[in-house]
Amino acid sequence: MSTTQERADTQKRFTLAKKGFDEADDRFASSRWFVSVLDKIFPDHWSFMVGEIALDSLILLILTGVYLTFFFIPNSRDVVYAPTAGHVYAPLVGQHMSEAYQSVLNISFNVRFGLLMRQAHHWAALVFLAAVVFHLCRIFFTGAFRKPRETNWIIGLTLWMIVMLEGFTGYSLPDDLLSGTGIRVIYSVLEGIPFVGTWITYDLWGGRYPGTTFITRLFIVHEFIFPALIVGLLSAHLMILWRQKHTDFPGPGKTETNIRGSRVWPQYAMKAGGLAMIVSGVIFALAGLVQINPVWIYGPYTPYTVSTGSTPDWYVAWLDGAVRLWPHWEFRSFGHEIANPFFPGLLIPGVVFTLMYLWPVVDRKIYNDHERHNLLDRPRDKPFRTGVGVAAIVFFADLTLATGDDILSNNLHIPFERILEVLQYGVVIGPVAGFLIAYKACKALQRTDAHPIRHPVGGMIVRAADGSYHTLGEAHAPHAGEDGYVEVEKAEEHAEEHAEGR
Amino acid sequence: MTILDDPGQGGSREPGAGGGAEPGDQPTEGLAFDPRHFGIAPDEPWPDDVPRGQDDSHWRFEHDPGRARIAELRIAACWIVSLLASIGIAVVYVTGAQNQASGILWALAFLGIGVGLILWARDLLPGHDVIASRGRHDASDEGNRWAVAESFARGLEPIARRPFLFKLLGAVGGVFGIAALFPLASLGPRPDRNLYHTKWGRGVRAVTEDGRPLRPSDLPVNGILTVFPEGGMEDALAPTLLINLGDAPFEIPPSRTNWNIGGIVAFSKICTHAGCPAGLYNVQTHQLVCPCHQSTFDVLEDCKPVFGPAPRSLPQLPITTDTEGYIVARSDYTQPVGPGFWNRG
Repeated sequence: MSTTQERADTQKRFTLAKKGFDEADDRFASSRWFVSVLDKIFPDHWSFMVGEIALDSLILLILTGVYLTFFFIPNSRDVVYAPTAGHVYAPLVGQHMSEAYQSVLNISFNVRFGLLMRQAHHWAALVFLAAVVFHLCRIFFTGAFRKPRETNWIIGLTLWMIVMLEGFTGYSLPDDLLSGTGIRVIYSVLEGIPFVGTWITYDLWGGRYPGTTFITRLFIVHEFIFPALIVGLLSAHLMILWRQKHTDFPGPGKTETNIRGSRVWPQYAMKAGGLAMIVSGVIFALAGLVQINPVWIYGPYTPYTVSTGSTPDWYVAWLDGAVRLWPHWEFRSFGHEIANPFFPGLLIPGVVFTLMYLWPVVDRKIYNDHERHNLLDRPRDKPFRTGVGVAAIVFFADLTLATGDDILSNNLHIPFERILEVLQYGVVIGPVAGFLIAYKACKALQRTDAHPIRHPVGGMIVRAADGSYHTLGEAHAPHAGEDGYVEVEKAEEHAEEHAEGR
Repeated sequence: MTILDDPGQGGSREPGAGGGAEPGDQPTEGLAFDPRHFGIAPDEPWPDDVPRGQDDSHWRFEHDPGRARIAELRIAACWIVSLLASIGIAVVYVTGAQNQASGILWALAFLGIGVGLILWARDLLPGHDVIASRGRHDASDEGNRWAVAESFARGLEPIARRPFLFKLLGAVGGVFGIAALFPLASLGPRPDRNLYHTKWGRGVRAVTEDGRPLRPSDLPVNGILTVFPEGGMEDALAPTLLINLGDAPFEIPPSRTNWNIGGIVAFSKICTHAGCPAGLYNVQTHQLVCPCHQSTFDVLEDCKPVFGPAPRSLPQLPITTDTEGYIVARSDYTQPVGPGFWNRG
């Protein structure tokens, strides 16, 4: 037992902290909650940090974005570029442009650190979406969406959809030639919606394309509506994560009911803070050194000009790729038609997102698994799910490549017609091939790398209750197949039967 | 990993829990529960899968003062880099904020702090590798589940007892919900005949980007030019391509034999696929390519789509010359220009 003196010393060490938390507890009765927060455990695995990279870049996006709003003028009023002070971008002097575009030129050339903040904002968006997509893949392939985390899967997918749109609205605001082209395509996609397309576009644009109100409205959507949705949904996402606690990979000492990792205070707090700073540092290095979206080179938007190599930012490229690959079909009868861009622009993403929203239900049926899970799957242990995930990645990759068909054609000296044809076949055959290859690879990996814990194979030495030693593969091996490998499938079937029997 | 297989070994260095005593069993004096919280409520039995006697107060260089000192210096160095970079940011701002220099300095300021924080946590701070209980957040017990069901049902029953009011509320809510959408209708006008028409019309001159009218002689053979209806530059569906095909044999339906001026034909520049300007002209093949999605149109064959996603030909604009010899439209386009829409028909 400790002495009275030691106890007194200990209490003295904590006096200052106690005073601080007393102030809070007097008001919120918060001490127990603070203990659970400070002593919370987060599991340690590098892939769990990727969602955090998304969060960090989002914070950077908000900060740089707010800064940019102080200078950006969301107005499509026609002006002639003639800055009176500061740096002038000579090639555009005397040209007609919208006030919005001119204000972006001013941010880039006349505001100190303006270009840096603009480029940091754009780079942060690219990093953000990359982190979001990686995070989504990690969740899918490890089965982290399973009960009890289906709600966060749905919130996460919704967030992904909104942040894609947020990115699109963001790079559309400068009203340069590239972004105007993107808006024109979106207008066409929306206009093609059966029954209500023209009503929707007339309401959003305040009349027929291009109108004079759209940049102003887009600004409200980009600065207020989407950010409010993102922050709201993300708060729910994180609160649910906090409540349910993070999943973890199986490993020594880990069970479904415990959690192994680092304390929030001070380990995790310091590391997470450090990661946020490093993510910011990398984004600012990119912002300083790697040019992005040089709108002054593209020039102001007009409805009658466009440049080759017009591609959207990478995270919406798959949508543009779908629009390129969809054949020249549209459906006309009884005086009505369903326009061509509607199918690849809205129907395909609609189907893709519906399937993804439903996946937790599908997965539950496939594996007949209604249990709660806190421990993750290894992708190889669920070959079907992994195959579906790989098929989806191939699908998205094919569409993303399609959006660069003219650039590929130019660099590879292959006619773009051939590239598009190959990618049209690829978008159908590729996912099937991807599924089969991934499925086979998982099965092979299962055999070559049977779980040392769950399905031990020969070579592992164990000590028996009587104190004797023997090699697991010899005396007490589970059913080994003809080739000497453990039949993982059989073992899994056995486990399932066992579960059902219970 | 500092889980101790035998809780008696090593034990905890926390006062009040030494000598093989188990944390959780015996709270430190004056505290409500164990200060090193393992997600286990005070009234809960200690779970089997949370090892007893975990000690998370260790840190990496605890027993190596030399390396701890080096780690400290390393962290300090990181932060001094940040400090210098921050001063650099001020200097660069004053001298004009050169972009590359700014980016490097901002990056260093962030990276120095970040790397230092992570090294501090890794080398000098405790709290690694703890196993705790997930606690009771997974699911509540049956008693609580019945309690919530009962609380809710107790309120619902008297509501359900008056089905008329209940259903009326639903109906009113639905109707009001629709009524509340009407402000959205003010966002834009009803879709109107603008969908089907452009600013072209009988006798409207074709002018260039800078408003100059054109004579057929202004366009050399194989020349191509974007023209607009005079006074209608802002009409995004009106941009039209004048192409001089010269002697090249081009096919045009018999009903349109007088829509061209010699070899000069006029077709809408707005792609029938997604509305981009289809302006890349290959003089050898007389094909127009839309740079957005590579729809390809054969000008010699009435601008029929020959490749890509465009479902329809580019509409032709009937042209002639007026009394002064300038190129004018004979009429507006005879079909809607640009991408399809529901009522296009």
